[in-house]
Parts: sequence; C-alpha cells; structure tokens
Amino acid sequence: MEEYSGVWVFIEVDEEKNIEGVSLELLGAGRALADKLNVPLAGVLLGDNIRGLANQVIYSGADTVYVVDHPVLNLYRTEAFMKAVILLAEKYKPEIFLYGATPNGKDLASAIATDLSTGLTADTTMLDIDLEKRLLEASRPAFGGNIMATILCKKHRPQMATVRPKVMKALQPDDSRLGKIIEEELELREEDMRTKVLEIVKDVTKKANLADAHVIVAGGKGLGDQQGFQLIHELAETIGASVGGTRDVIEAGWLPHELQIGQTGETVTPKIYFAIGISGAIQHVVGMKNSEIIIAINKNPEAAIFDVATYGIVGDAHEIVPKLIQQFKGISKGDLSYV
Amino acid sequence: MHIVVCVKQVPDTKIIKINPKTNTLDRRSAPAILNPFDAHAVQEAVKIKKRIGGTVSVLSMGPPQAVAIIKNSIEIGADRGYLISDRAFAGADTLATSYALSKALEKIQEEMPIDMVICGKHAIDGDTGQVGPGIARRLDIPPVTNVIEVTEVNHKEKKVLIKRKQINGYEVIEAQLPCLLTVEKEVNEIEYAPMPNMIKAARYEPTVWSVNDLNDVDKAQLGLKGSPTVVGKMFTPPKPEGGKRLEGTSDEQVRELVTLLAEKKNLFNFDVNNS
Repeated sequence: MEEYSGVWVFIEVDEEKNIEGVSLELLGAGRALADKLNVPLAGVLLGDNIRGLANQVIYSGADTVYVVDHPVLNLYRTEAFMKAVILLAEKYKPEIFLYGATPNGKDLASAIATDLSTGLTADTTMLDIDLEKRLLEASRPAFGGNIMATILCKKHRPQMATVRPKVMKALQPDDSRLGKIIEEELELREEDMRTKVLEIVKDVTKKANLADAHVIVAGGKGLGDQQGFQLIHELAETIGASVGGTRDVIEAGWLPHELQIGQTGETVTPKIYFAIGISGAIQHVVGMKNSEIIIAINKNPEAAIFDVATYGIVGDAHEIVPKLIQQFKGISKGDLSYV
Repeated sequence: MHIVVCVKQVPDTKIIKINPKTNTLDRRSAPAILNPFDAHAVQEAVKIKKRIGGTVSVLSMGPPQAVAIIKNSIEIGADRGYLISDRAFAGADTLATSYALSKALEKIQEEMPIDMVICGKHAIDGDTGQVGPGIARRLDIPPVTNVIEVTEVNHKEKKVLIKRKQINGYEVIEAQLPCLLTVEKEVNEIEYAPMPNMIKAARYEPTVWSVNDLNDVDKAQLGLKGSPTVVGKMFTPPKPEGGKRLEGTSDEQVRELVTLLAEKKNLFNFDVNNS
C-alpha cells in the first residue's frame, strides 16, 4: 500500500468544454487533504481537445494534471472513460481519488472501484484525514436521515469517494501557480464502443431554476397536506422565488421529483432560503445549509432547522405565512427592492 | 427478451428511527418494503415485456424475509423470482454486493440468456447508487445510469434507445444489448396490480440459492470480508450556533423579519417585490 501516494481529482468537463463547478470545488478540498498528507494534488482531465483546460486545473490548486486527449472521449461514456482512468490509476497509483457526485462522476467511480477492487464512499459531504493512519475520513448522511457516518477504506487503495456538488469550496484561481502536465496515449476505437450519445438536451425548466435561484421558498411535511402546501407557492409567487421541498414532500407527491432539496435531491445555495414546516433532518440540511440567509418557520421550538437558521420564527406556518405574504405585498417597491 | 431486475428490501426510511443513545438504526421501528426505485425498475421491465414480449425475472439478496419483495414484484408483473440468501453475504458493502449479485446473474444466465438488467437508481437505506454500475462492470456490459425514459427496445437489432438524466437536462443514448440500466422514478408510474397477479404472487415461491448453489464463487469477496469499506463512526454533526429567534406576537415577528430582510438588501441583487 505504501507505493500509493497523492490525491487525485477527476475533472469533469461539460459538452461545451467547461470544467464543472464541482471539480473546481474538489480541487479546493483535495488541496487541503494533499497539504495535510504532504503529497501532491493531481487532476485527471479526459476529453477530446481539452488539453487547453489543463492550466485552469493547475490555477485551481493542482500540482499535476494527467491528460488523455482522444476523439472517442468527446462525450462521457463509462466504457471509454473507465479505460483511460484505469490506465492512469494503475500506472501512477494515487492513495485518494475524488469524483463529483454527479451522474457521470458516480457512474465512473462505481466502475473504477469495481475494477480496482477498492472502496468507494457515495455522496460525501465532509472530508478529512486521519494523519496517524493516513486514512481518508469520508463522511455522509446515513439512513436517509439524521445522522452522519464516517466511512473508511483501511486496506485498499486508492481510497475513493464521490462528493456532493456545492458543499466544498473552490480556491480563488491563481494564474501564477505552476504545475506539471503529463499527457498519456491510449488506444481507443469508436467501433469498440457499445454506447453512443446521440443528442444532448438542455433543460430550461424548474430544476435548473432551483440550482440558480436567488430566493427559494421550501416546504416540508409540517404544511400538513397538499392544500396546505399551496401557501409555499403563494409566498414564492409574491416575492418572485423558486419553490422546493423536502424528501417527504416529494414522496407524498406534493411536488415533482426535480424540486427535491437535500442529499438525494438538489443542493442549493440561494441568497435567501425559507424553510417552512421543515424539521431539519440532516439529509435535507446538507442540501441547503450553505444558503446565505436561512429563515425557519416551524411550530416546534426544538426543531433542528433552527440550529442552521439565521432567523427563526416559532409558530404555525398556516398563521405566519399568510401574514408574511401580506407584509411583503404591502411593502412599496422602493423599500424592498434589492437591486 | 429476458430482463432481470435487481431488487432490495429496505426499511421505510420515512418512518425509521435512530436510537439516540447508540446512534444505530432501530430496524424494528420501520416496516420493510420494496425499495421504491426498484418498484419502478420492475414496472419498466413489465412495460417492455408488454410491448415486445419476453420474460421478467427479479433477483434479490437478503434474509429469507426478502421473499416478500419478490412477491411484490410478481404483483407488478414479474414472471420469476430468485433470492440469494446466506450468512456469507451478510455485511456486504457495494463492492461485495455487486460481486454476489453478478454471480447470481451468471447462474440465471445459464437458465436463460439475459438481454437487459435493470436496477433502481439507488436504495433508500444506503443512497449510494453504486451497485448497479458495479454489476455492469463485472458482467462487462455497458451501464446507462439515471434513466428517465426507455424510448425504444429493438430486440432483433440488439439496440435500445434511452433518455439519461444529466446535470442540466438529459442525453439520448443508444446502447447495445445486453446492457444494464438504473432508473429514476420519473421513468414510469407504478400501475395498480391486476387481481390475477396478486393471486399468483400470494402463491409464488421464488428460487432460493445459498452461496454453495452459485458457481465459482471466491468467498473472500463476499459479505463483510469482501467489503473494503467500513463504518468508522456515527455522529450527529456539531450543532451550529443557530441564529436569532424572533420574539413577540406573530405579527411583530413577521414585521421584524421583513424589516431585517430589507436592511440586508445591499447583500442582494434581485428584486424581491416583483408583483
């Protein structure tokens, strides 16, 4: 195991050849882990005609960038990407390997972990190092709920984890940073591929809005029923906010799947987040706790949501929210125009 | 067309409680159910069968009680069920689970060649989503994860057309058969089970295999022993300070909140009152 050294980050690139935000965040988190272990941080950059992005990976924290540039790697496909990553991992032997918990990152990491017979922790929200044992401590909400579990991979390398987007912090890019770019050749043939991406369709509906929203009004089971949940829609409409909900709300069918906020839904970081009738289970909180201002309205004064709230109102949503709507409506535009 | 759906019995996480003293799951506090994503996986296999014909098998790994979810799958319209159940499988993480399931799939394959494997996107008790792609890797078939629509299945040409959810939208993928899909809930609506299926399910007895019934199994790769990951500790995260509790009557609290937000307006670059 001693031959394994260094922290790696898989750099995900979208079809317009932009590096995904989560990969930059992971370079930030990976930098801290690598410094703690006193080893280099590397990015793994795969694609077609993506060499030019290698410097950006270095500016964002990496010491080394491993590049495989090949036409077959143009759009993500498990079989092609897997071959390239396995080639690199077997040759250079990292001790830690992080991926964004995106559809592609999770898919790729699962295939790699199987191939390398190593451990993989899913949807991590906290990363640390046990320096004495040189172990990665990858923590995540467990049991769909209220508790965190730290997962360790003691006897296999690399130690791998997928990490939720928008949880870690990217570094300020520094274009004076220097690093090594190592390009590897790999023989890949299109005719060996068993999948083809025929088309990419960008969604311009609610889900995209939720991730970019400045203000979100989110509701939980505390609203009582679907009719009670109408208050959430009304408040959102009054202040021009997007609507979201907890896992319970989505499972009850009050909102469509794409509006779920939390561990298994979207992670959001709006300027203002209203959490109404939401108890504050960890699996929800990890998806919204980085919002700038969190306003909690809940009738249970002990509710965990108050722990993460900037402002808390203890009271029945059915009484408070209509008053809130009235107040917002009554305010002249000049008084509350945040432009 | 032979489709095998991998299903898992899970505690209903909407109901389950954690013992605050031991930080462990109180499994008795929640009923065991068919993982909701897997129900959609079975439904999708049944839909494909209705369209082009074929056989739907379901496979589960778990204790003997997991027969219940195989019966649930028969109600939805599956034809056959297999349960692998053995102490040797216990304590498996995702790597050891995909190993055991792939061994069972190889055995099913001997009975009838498999054209497609479908799994739910993830199980609601583990939330990892790693077992499906792990199985695909072991069987060396292409995985297509996060499927929101199975648009077309062409058994003759061994091709399938799929919509796969992406970060901002979806992609249209053509995959060769055999392949493995993991499905999102959007992929279909669960239909009500017709009465004949319910009768069949009530009487149905699945094939149950122990580890010795499977071929060429490396026992070192099974269960706890075959699992590279371990749970180091369980903890409730340190409580943040919490912010300001507003006081007074509800009218006063609401007024104070709106005032506070108005004071912070320099933080924002949006128009809060767009009515």
